[in-house]
Amino acid sequence: MPPQLKAKIGLPKFRIEKRPPPPLLTRVKWYVLSVVISLIIGAILILSAGVNPAIAYYHLFSGALGGKLALTETLWRFTPLLLTGTAVAVAFTCKFWNIGAEGQMLAGATLAAYFGVTFVGLPSWVLIPLVTVAGFLAGAAWAAIPAILRAKFGADDVVTTLLGNWIMLYFVGALVEGPWRDPYSLWPESPAIASAARFPTLIPGYRIHIGLIIAVLISLLFLLIMRRSIWGYQLKAVGANPRAAGFAGINVGRVLITAAILSGGIAGIAGVNELCGTHFHLKGIAMGAVGELSWGYGYAGVFIAMLGGLHPLGVMLAAFFMAIMINGSQAMYRATGVYSPFWRVMQGVIMICLLIGIFMINYRVRRVRE
Amino acid sequence: MGLGETVKEMPIVVMKGITKRFPGVVANDNIDLEIRKGEIHALLGENGAGKTTLMNILYGLYTPDAGEIYVRGKRVTIRSPRDAVDLKIGMIHQHFVLVPPFTVTQNIILGMKFPRGILNLEEAEKKVAEISQKYGIKVDPHAQIWQLSVGEQQRVEILKALFRGAEILILDEPTAVLTPQETKELFKTLRSLAKAGCAIIFISHKLDEVMEISDRVTVLRNGKVVATKKTSATNKRELAKLMVGREVVFRLRKARAKIGRPALQVEDLHALSDRGLPALKGVSFSVHEGEILGIAGVSGNGQRELAEVIAGVRKATSGKVLIFGQDVTNRSPKEIIDLGVGRIPEDRLQMGLITDLTVAENLVSEVHEKFSDKFFFLPAGIFLDHAQINNYAEKLISEYKIVTPSRDALTKTLSGGNLQKLILARVLAQNPKILIASQPTRGLDVGATEYIRRKLLEQKKKGAAILLISEDLGEILMLSDRIAVIYEGKIMGILPAAKAKIEELGLMMAGTPLSKIRGGRK
Amino acid sequence: MIGEVITATFIISFLAATLRMAVPLLFGTIGEAFAERSGILNLGIEGMMLMGASVAFTTTFYTGSLWLGVGVAALVGILLGLLMAFLTVTMGAQQHVSGLGVFFLGMGLSFYLYRIFVGELGGVPPTVTPFRPIYIPLLGDIPVLGPILFQQYVLVYIALLLVPIAAFIFDRTTLGLQITAVGQNPKAADTAGINVFRIRYLCLMVAGALSAIGGAWFSIAQSSMFLPLMTAGRGWVCIALVVFGNWMPYRILIGALLFGGIDALQTSLQAVGVAFPYRILQMLPYIFTIIVLVAVARRATYPAALLKPYRREE
Repeated sequence: MPPQLKAKIGLPKFRIEKRPPPPLLTRVKWYVLSVVISLIIGAILILSAGVNPAIAYYHLFSGALGGKLALTETLWRFTPLLLTGTAVAVAFTCKFWNIGAEGQMLAGATLAAYFGVTFVGLPSWVLIPLVTVAGFLAGAAWAAIPAILRAKFGADDVVTTLLGNWIMLYFVGALVEGPWRDPYSLWPESPAIASAARFPTLIPGYRIHIGLIIAVLISLLFLLIMRRSIWGYQLKAVGANPRAAGFAGINVGRVLITAAILSGGIAGIAGVNELCGTHFHLKGIAMGAVGELSWGYGYAGVFIAMLGGLHPLGVMLAAFFMAIMINGSQAMYRATGVYSPFWRVMQGVIMICLLIGIFMINYRVRRVRE
Repeated sequence: MGLGETVKEMPIVVMKGITKRFPGVVANDNIDLEIRKGEIHALLGENGAGKTTLMNILYGLYTPDAGEIYVRGKRVTIRSPRDAVDLKIGMIHQHFVLVPPFTVTQNIILGMKFPRGILNLEEAEKKVAEISQKYGIKVDPHAQIWQLSVGEQQRVEILKALFRGAEILILDEPTAVLTPQETKELFKTLRSLAKAGCAIIFISHKLDEVMEISDRVTVLRNGKVVATKKTSATNKRELAKLMVGREVVFRLRKARAKIGRPALQVEDLHALSDRGLPALKGVSFSVHEGEILGIAGVSGNGQRELAEVIAGVRKATSGKVLIFGQDVTNRSPKEIIDLGVGRIPEDRLQMGLITDLTVAENLVSEVHEKFSDKFFFLPAGIFLDHAQINNYAEKLISEYKIVTPSRDALTKTLSGGNLQKLILARVLAQNPKILIASQPTRGLDVGATEYIRRKLLEQKKKGAAILLISEDLGEILMLSDRIAVIYEGKIMGILPAAKAKIEELGLMMAGTPLSKIRGGRK
Repeated sequence: MIGEVITATFIISFLAATLRMAVPLLFGTIGEAFAERSGILNLGIEGMMLMGASVAFTTTFYTGSLWLGVGVAALVGILLGLLMAFLTVTMGAQQHVSGLGVFFLGMGLSFYLYRIFVGELGGVPPTVTPFRPIYIPLLGDIPVLGPILFQQYVLVYIALLLVPIAAFIFDRTTLGLQITAVGQNPKAADTAGINVFRIRYLCLMVAGALSAIGGAWFSIAQSSMFLPLMTAGRGWVCIALVVFGNWMPYRILIGALLFGGIDALQTSLQAVGVAFPYRILQMLPYIFTIIVLVAVARRATYPAALLKPYRREE
């Protein structure tokens, strides 16, 4: 076919052009727009379950934000999400693709449970820091393995961190169904941790506990590190271009492994948070093949880190948004019967809309006229 | 002499009013161009003048914002290389577009149709052999691309175009990667193709070549056509003025400096390439204080690996690198930097700069740990002092005339010349005693090139030992005190620049050791 | 002790199980080979598998037709492949992040759609009548080989057939040459007149369809029900396997059988009641995957353009 003819019957052509980085406001605009479009797609999903989206969303948001109980419950969920989101953001900043926060949470909870169950006699002010540090170390160690495998052998970190989740899940399953099982319990779970290891609640009668303060402090520390520290600079440099960072004298392998340790450690603390703030027993494998204790928060961390643009404050907002979605989904379920895995679908929908939004930030799409 | 002079033909390609904008620049501004059958038409201009953009439009890689193209008298819309191939247009890109693990034949037949979509490589190989015989272009059809020299790869590219029946052949800076002898060979091929009726468009910024090979020449400057001339009716001086827009001084004063003690010594150095093949096979030389040693050679002969081993980012398998007598073989980049070695890498965007960071952040990337201060009760060494970094960055930006909206602008928004100035500023601000400069002016316009070269000479005058690695033989001759030629990971010989002859250097670049050249003459 | 467990019947059932366990891995990994050879890392594969499992079950649940279930799964897989292609090819988004997005979407939607169309999760889940092994006359009677090779599911044969078909496409056709060229040097392919976008879209559609069929295996052949996350990370194993197989179908077959073997060993040992904590056995395939990945990672020759979006005017 001659080219002239081909041109006439073709579809309308678009041209994609890179544009200079736009101001912050434009970027925020596209982020918000992405979430709004996702909520519209969510409305279609709700509609397909035979429910009026407006009513469903009303219950979702009021169930998450309306009233003291709803709000504290949302903050209670916000705590582990902020931790896993921060954990993943630290790793992703230097392009260490840590999808293993779920397993690192479980690792942290496991070692914390060991200390929490063993050292019954210790006072709170010793035991709580002890289990927290233990959780940090266990999570860090579990994350360091894939980092070392990548630095030394070039093994793909996405696959190794993710498979680590399953290994840790079955390991915890083996523990609580076997040697660690509480003989007096109906469920496969460990004996309860010492009451001195439990995180004190912030408001009597509500579930929020000091884990919230720990999480926010860690998040602020992350902000300080990224803005001011030498290591934060190196983390950013390695993430942006590891070859150039190495050329400039930065020890790329060391930055990578340090990032993995911090990331895994923070995820480990998320596990401690769930153990000492919510469940008090190390628990086994839940329906749906996630840890009953980690409950998919580790995977949600990946989503939160992305939605937050890897920025500490963005991660905080995203974690709060996710907490609303999870908590609200259950209120929505109770009121309208729209199934609660709704929030899981929304994770995917938002992430994809967000990718499109980020594309619109960086590129201009123009119709080509003949 | 040329055909274009004697035969009046209807133009085979006409480009009218071609305009192409990229964000921030007008690469082609209302360009008119006419190419005739059987002529060799040079497209002359500086880096960034818009030559390649214009030809990418003709080859369907870019879509123009405005303008018309006529081929053989008919208006055409070229949307993709496929359309260009259908119009019998072929293009040999500056950076070859071959698939390295494929054989020559697989590369040549790539994208062509076969009955029922099933490959018949035996038959294809026969056809490739036929064509290569017909045009006298020799290549082994079974060889894999990564095994071939750059010159051979170029021949594959030309065959690829001819195999698809190209009658209009575009060559983008084809001599940049060739030895002087290979260049002669290429010119012979081009002349015979033109005689056979091909129209050849020859993109170049080298005046001597344009004078030698072309029948007509079109000069581009800042995206506009400034003149189209018969080559026989113009001269180098006029073309240079048209190209740059002002009188050009061809000479740079090569100031003499006091030669001091040996600063950088390389002894019997061996290293592997990214593919794990030997890239350096026993390289030895030394560079003294106040001296520029130029490493000449066709690209891909171990220059990259040499620079990387010295810079500390590639492991040597054996041999030594000494800095003022101290063995630093396989030390980390940080240790090398701290010993006073400045490094200008050939790959600015991948190696030299972290383009997603700001200008200030890149200016301190090698020394950021020095900008630390106490922070509340914490000791220095943990936190950065941004006020100090900003001052330092401001100082360098003005001192080295880096054009940037601000020190906080993302580095990727800077132009090529300013990116190189940024690296230069970062390196020279530390007043290095040894400087490794790889392809320091590649792809830069005349102004930036002059600036960089002057800075290198200044540094030499201050007593620095400079290792200059460049594929531009002219640059090597202009700046170096001594010249070493590298070929397949070995040094073919080292000789004082004042006594170097182009033919000798050419032979060395093609693999003849200096001892043999001189020995043979006796 | 060992002698009591390792009997002839055990070995035969173990080898037959090996072949069955390899089926979803073969579908997934051959699909992944198409995607990666064209230069796209399809991290969405686990989500595509889960969607395949979910829609295949639902379709069969309502229509009773297993093959329709497989067909619908393939169709949904193609749609997810198109989505992945739109993100990574048209928009040039980061492939890691796009893949994770598709993974999350597939994971979430697979529950959600199941709950819309079938019902609550938990309790005793509804079942369908799954695929049954077919018995090939005469060949099925051969001792030892018969029960292993010729009393299998049709999907087993299709999976095995995929291997030579994919090898033929990659090595002997112009399409295969074009796919490899696009994954090695998209610019070379483009200037040779190949439509890079079209090839990548095509490969991702193939990858989506195959992985979704691999997912369908879990809900309508291996078992008769849908469970959340029932693919249990097999998609991620495929991503490791394609590296192990060096992007070559026959080597992928070896890898899939190896992993199928570990999986089968784990279930067979559980079935005969070996006194070993079964949770530890369940870990084996994942640990083995990581070990293999570490062993081959350095030697693997990744397609040169993997992870790199292609755009002409940049």
